[in-house]
Amino acid sequence: MQLLNHRISGQRDAADNSSITVRTLDRSSTRRRPILAWLGHHVVLILASLMALIPFLWMLDTSFKNEVSATRYPPALIPIPFRWQNYIHLFTQRQYHMLLWARNSLTIAVLVVLGTTISSALVAYGFAKIRFRGRGLLFGLMLSTMMIPFPVTMVSMFIIFKWLGDHTGIAWLGTFRPLWVPYWFGSAFSIFMLRQFFMTIPDELSEAARMDGCSELGIFVRIILPLSQPAISAVALFAFLGVWNDFLGPLVYLQHSHQFTLALGLEAFESQLGGSQWNLLMAASVLIILPVVILFFVAQRSFLRGITTTGIKG
Amino acid sequence: MVHWRSEIKQMTKGMAFLSPWLIGFTVFMVLPIGLSLYLSFCSYPLLQPPVFVGLHNYRAMWHDSVFWETLRNTGYYALLTLPAGMVIAIGAALLLNSRIRGITIYRAIIFLPSLVPLVASSMVWLWLFNTRLGFINTLLRYLGVVHPPGWLTTTQWAMPALAIMSFWGLGNTIVIYLAGLQNVPAEMYESAEIDGAGLVRQIWHVTLPGISPIIFFNLIMAIIGVVQNFTVPYVMTQGGPDRATYLLTMYLYDNAFSFLHMGYASAMAWVELLIVLFLTAIAFWSSRHWVHYQGK
Repeated sequence: MQLLNHRISGQRDAADNSSITVRTLDRSSTRRRPILAWLGHHVVLILASLMALIPFLWMLDTSFKNEVSATRYPPALIPIPFRWQNYIHLFTQRQYHMLLWARNSLTIAVLVVLGTTISSALVAYGFAKIRFRGRGLLFGLMLSTMMIPFPVTMVSMFIIFKWLGDHTGIAWLGTFRPLWVPYWFGSAFSIFMLRQFFMTIPDELSEAARMDGCSELGIFVRIILPLSQPAISAVALFAFLGVWNDFLGPLVYLQHSHQFTLALGLEAFESQLGGSQWNLLMAASVLIILPVVILFFVAQRSFLRGITTTGIKG
Repeated sequence: MVHWRSEIKQMTKGMAFLSPWLIGFTVFMVLPIGLSLYLSFCSYPLLQPPVFVGLHNYRAMWHDSVFWETLRNTGYYALLTLPAGMVIAIGAALLLNSRIRGITIYRAIIFLPSLVPLVASSMVWLWLFNTRLGFINTLLRYLGVVHPPGWLTTTQWAMPALAIMSFWGLGNTIVIYLAGLQNVPAEMYESAEIDGAGLVRQIWHVTLPGISPIIFFNLIMAIIGVVQNFTVPYVMTQGGPDRATYLLTMYLYDNAFSFLHMGYASAMAWVELLIVLFLTAIAFWSSRHWVHYQGK
């Protein structure tokens, strides 16, 4: 029964997510617009879309060229001969470690997404649904930490992780640990987003459960979490994007090329090739972008909702 | 008495739920920031223990011409990206705030680039900006520009190139503005129209004040983003040519992990923190004059 419920709600979500539906207050829709303005609007939008798309197209184009046609002058627009083998090449040539890097990225991403979501949801519940002295103050403090850039703490974090490795026997530097363990202690951005969502759930629901003798943890797991699926998935999505994009963290904490993430590997790959073999470099870039683009088309609604709730209420 | 007990009970429950963050905040925020304050007064080449040197690091920074150069470069980058980025993002959001046919497709396309991991977009733009074979110069030559710029290979054009590239990734900001535009009450436009205000005056007197809290939010995020900008210049130019794109955070990184000057890098981390706080404080202070909150 439980499983069936999941299936049904899953299907409904998929249907909901099939298009971007942002509420629009368009004043001019009540009146017929002059045809020229309508045309101009489309032309400008098409130009803007082209500017957004051309880098993608140029990248795809080059990724299907062979080495000779990729560096021919003047550049040809159409990849002839069409060489899709570049992609195969990246995976089969052992020196590129592509599969290994993808596995590393995925391992870290799973740990970060799980950690961020679970811990941030717990903390957000505390901020949203439990009244206690000093809550507002702590919440303000948490929000202010969002303004502290990572580079500010990175040097001393490196030193702390080095010290831990030297004194506890558990290595941190040169392992994935510095890249995921901190995320199991909540991230300010995710806590804020979830707290905003939990606040919209009426207190009567949790009060009623409390009357029935339900524990706080029970209320959190049985009432709040099931009602917060859209917010949870948005938080998970953003956590994934963040860790997939992260470059400085892996650069500081990882040492050997077999531990690299895709982002770090791509950069190493580029400096190794030193401005040649653009076709392979672009194919590798396509591979690192692909998961994110697929995710976007699967979960457009979560994306846009996530961005707007944090932006508007901030 | 009963009141007291329930308050303690609430406090315990609250702290229990907050405990992950409380621990994380202490270990990953307070501790490193405190430690870097201490280390900023030390000479610490990592392999030997730190030695207290007083204000030496800060004095050295004051006389360090490279530090000032990176600060100037970061300021220049901010000047190139913040105002233009704001105009572009608001303009795009205005264009996208309509029910014209196909608008959801336009929105998706314009948002898409902001999803691309920075390392990947660096690769793509490195290729687009390629002097001889890149798309941009190919297009410029096609349009009749005989000697298109050398972009990332020249001190003059490297920074503008990075700025142009940053506009490509504005999708996130655009979506936030878009949501803000949709919260501006339609009645305000109607009354402006009755008063005979044209499109430009409507944007100036209704739209911009209406979304000023969003502008403020995006401004703060942009300031923080610019100060900590690292990945794109690190991958694309390594700070070159001739340090033309060498930014504050890159110098901080190099001091820590290339030169192993941990004490000096810690002092720089503190200066970076103070710069962010100072700039956001200015933004907050100025917001009283230009940010309007509806109905509150």
